[in-house]
Amino acid sequence: MPKVTIDGITIEVPEGTTILQAARMIGERNKADRYVVPPAMCYYSKLETSGGYCRTCLVKVPKGSDKDPRPMPKPVPSCRTTVMDGMEVANTTDPTLIDARNGVVEMLLINHPLDCPICDQAGECHLQDLSYENGTAASRYEFERRTFEPIDIGDTIKLHMTRCILCYRCVKVAEQITDGRVHGVINRGDAAEISTYIEQAIDNDFSGNMIDVCPVGALTDRTFRFASRVWFTKPMDAHRDCETPGCDGKVVLWLKGDEVLRVTGRKDQWGEVESFICNTCRYDRKDLAAWTVEGPRNVDRHSVISQGHYHLKRTQPLLTAPAPNVPELAKRKDLKDR
Amino acid sequence: MARKILFEHIDKPGIRGLEGYRAHGGYRSVEKALRTMAPEAVVEEVKKSGLRGRGGAGFPTGMKWSFLAKPEGVPRYLVVNADESEPGTFKDRYLMERIPHLLIEGMVTSSFALGANTAFIYIRGEYFHVARILEQAIGEARAAGWLGRNILGSGFDLDIHVQVGAGAYICGEETALLESLEGKRGNPRLKPPFPAVKGLYQCPTVVNNVETIAAVVPIVNDGGEEYAKVGVGRSTGTKLISAGGNIKRPGVYEIELGLPCDEFINSDEYCGGVDGRAFKAVVPGGSSVPIVPYELFLRTAKGEPRLMSYESLSDGGFVSGTMLGSGGFYAYNDAQCIVRSTWNHARFYHHESCGQCSPCREGTGWLDKVLERLELGEGRAEDIDLLWDIQRKIEGNTICPLGDAAAWPVASAIRHFRDEFEYHVTHREKVKDPRHFAREPFRRTARPQTV
Amino acid sequence: MSARTRPVTTTEGVRPFAFSATALAECRELIARYPEGRSKSALIPILHIAQAENDGWLSVNAMDAVAELLGLRRIEVYEVASFYSMFNLHPVGTYVLDVCRTTPCMLRGSDELIAHLEKKLGIHPGETTKDGMFTLKTVECLGSCGTGPMLQCGARYHEDLTVEKVDRLIDELRARNQRANYTDR
Repeated sequence: MPKVTIDGITIEVPEGTTILQAARMIGERNKADRYVVPPAMCYYSKLETSGGYCRTCLVKVPKGSDKDPRPMPKPVPSCRTTVMDGMEVANTTDPTLIDARNGVVEMLLINHPLDCPICDQAGECHLQDLSYENGTAASRYEFERRTFEPIDIGDTIKLHMTRCILCYRCVKVAEQITDGRVHGVINRGDAAEISTYIEQAIDNDFSGNMIDVCPVGALTDRTFRFASRVWFTKPMDAHRDCETPGCDGKVVLWLKGDEVLRVTGRKDQWGEVESFICNTCRYDRKDLAAWTVEGPRNVDRHSVISQGHYHLKRTQPLLTAPAPNVPELAKRKDLKDR
Repeated sequence: MARKILFEHIDKPGIRGLEGYRAHGGYRSVEKALRTMAPEAVVEEVKKSGLRGRGGAGFPTGMKWSFLAKPEGVPRYLVVNADESEPGTFKDRYLMERIPHLLIEGMVTSSFALGANTAFIYIRGEYFHVARILEQAIGEARAAGWLGRNILGSGFDLDIHVQVGAGAYICGEETALLESLEGKRGNPRLKPPFPAVKGLYQCPTVVNNVETIAAVVPIVNDGGEEYAKVGVGRSTGTKLISAGGNIKRPGVYEIELGLPCDEFINSDEYCGGVDGRAFKAVVPGGSSVPIVPYELFLRTAKGEPRLMSYESLSDGGFVSGTMLGSGGFYAYNDAQCIVRSTWNHARFYHHESCGQCSPCREGTGWLDKVLERLELGEGRAEDIDLLWDIQRKIEGNTICPLGDAAAWPVASAIRHFRDEFEYHVTHREKVKDPRHFAREPFRRTARPQTV
Repeated sequence: MSARTRPVTTTEGVRPFAFSATALAECRELIARYPEGRSKSALIPILHIAQAENDGWLSVNAMDAVAELLGLRRIEVYEVASFYSMFNLHPVGTYVLDVCRTTPCMLRGSDELIAHLEKKLGIHPGETTKDGMFTLKTVECLGSCGTGPMLQCGARYHEDLTVEKVDRLIDELRARNQRANYTDR
């Protein structure tokens, strides 16, 4: 099994693992090492051929492998570059790479409307996170930004093309998860857009997953539109026996009180859904009684959602025990560590 | 007269047809290869010749061929890149229009060497009229038994098809070309895998430029060593240069690599000197290569005479050198404005970016807009550094070389002509006249920069 | 951008499309070139044929017919057609004048030529004259850099242009009044 060293941390990975996957393995092994994981805006491990477009996950490879130790001349997309034995990778340790990545982020933002205050994705937007971590406070771009009218593509999905970063994920969902793609990328260059070309609704059992994979607010859930800021809702893991073939009925319910405002797939720490859910689960079961609630969703991200502390999994046993007094609470190690 | 290898017979009457072509020794390389050589021996001759890809990158052709994977039971393809779209380049069109059988012959010999039984010529859609000429030549060759089943009784089969594109510079990039040939958008693929392993229809594929494949004919006829005697150092053989811009004699010239640049631009055998008052700058290898001041085209930074060869043109790196590229040569006289030309270049790449990856999709448009502002007399002093920074953030960070190609002309223009950019900021009213330097040439305030 | 330069994405008020028998035979011949299961390779050549058969532009009807012929999803055809600059997605004039504006042509006077054409025809690039005769289109390098400025009309290159030459060309084309297509022989 090849060994790779990323920012000085070594891991052994199965043959064929990409640099990004190896970095995520390091991050999963030890949370403190998560800084080695490059940001990824277009790669999605559950979608074949995804990745390579956004260039945010570029890394430097100062040593190609033990066999061929020459450095790679240009930064490489870590999501699509396979690890070689003895490879050394720089993600945060090379200032020229940081500079290049900041450049990519700046490019992604020059035509982005920055309309976060009126965008439903705010709070769970990967572009927000990315620009917070790798961007600058002000833009140097002074020209008119590319604009499009928001359109409804079907009853449930709103397309704000102005916000799109052309990650192609939704196209790959339509191609690989649904049974008939009717939308794609039309035009070219900076005129390229996600579109159905002719006026047409995207109507398909799994079309809602396009919303879940969208890293920005380009595709949002019309049934949740302006209903609440995500950080004012309470994410709960829940499931039901779903009859749709290919859907395991495992979801996150986003609650306000007992009201189900939104249903989504369960996103892991890298922002990817664990499984793709069907539109029946997503749109037609907005009744808490239709679900078996498992408990609060641990949103393992640095987003504002986590500020609600809904991830405290052990709140349940605490409530069944006699109410502890404050000094007793302070002694509890598991709480102190949080 | 310099030695002609590809164009030896180009002016002979009837050379466009099979009969005339045969009369001047056409298809000899096919006879020689199929009757007397093993495919590996043909590859060996190409290696010995030192032939380098004539499309722009200059990668050794023999090496490219030897990378071709040969799994059992999987077809291999030869794809000729006739998408000629690099601004300044029109040599392949000239060759295909006038001596189409040279390309067909090269393809038969090369396909035999590579073990390909189907070959495609991917030609840009605007060259529909050239595609017709090629189709006619293919028809003649097939009727005469140079194509089809069991060529010359050797057991080797070959079909050649001409495929037209539909207007996209990016399809000159070999993987975008393959995507387009598969009927898709011309989005370059991520590499690896390279086409030699997974190319057309995921099968091993060699993609070569028209001129490269044509050069295989003399290499097989006379031997790789003979070919390698022409030229200088690692720049062996001859190169087609399509010359345009402000010169007296625009056209396509076959030169021996190593020809002094001064001779090429000023002698009456080639460009014939300046059309106008004086030369100002040169782009020697297509719009993607760095623009250099006329003096730096004639002489390297060390003061040595510069030669038309891969090595000499790139002497000094990007600080004081440029590249031979595709041989799309164009020269500027002193009536031209470098800022306007740089804007034109930037607009081209903006228009031609496929839009797949973010630095190129967004960055090319940004360069275009900042340059437009400068040229129209609305620029600011900071814009020059901004341009430098944008191009720096595109270069090397994109999927395919279009990003680099968009960055280099901007970088080189600022590097060598910064004073002219500054003039556009300090003389905003003057540059509002689109022909601002036509009336009064720009007087340089600084020697060529070496940033 | 004038209304006419925007892609026409509706079928309303747009004439239906069907391939002629000769075009269909040509398409079939093209499809036969490619290996089994690779008929999508014929898409771009067939779109050229469809465009020539549809007054020089690709309507939704024309693209849908191509999708059906090749067994492709419609969006696959829209994606490709909208990528390549030779495909017109809105009605065009009898003659589309593709005028090169890239640097080598610019050095030889394409800016002035385009300005002249704009004035003469009374339209901007992307627009069509009121009589439906000419569409002016600026294009990038056509590989005619030693013979610029130049323009392409149908399959023909018109090179080494001057104001006088282009005036004559316009008059000739107007008098002939016969659509020029890229696929013309």
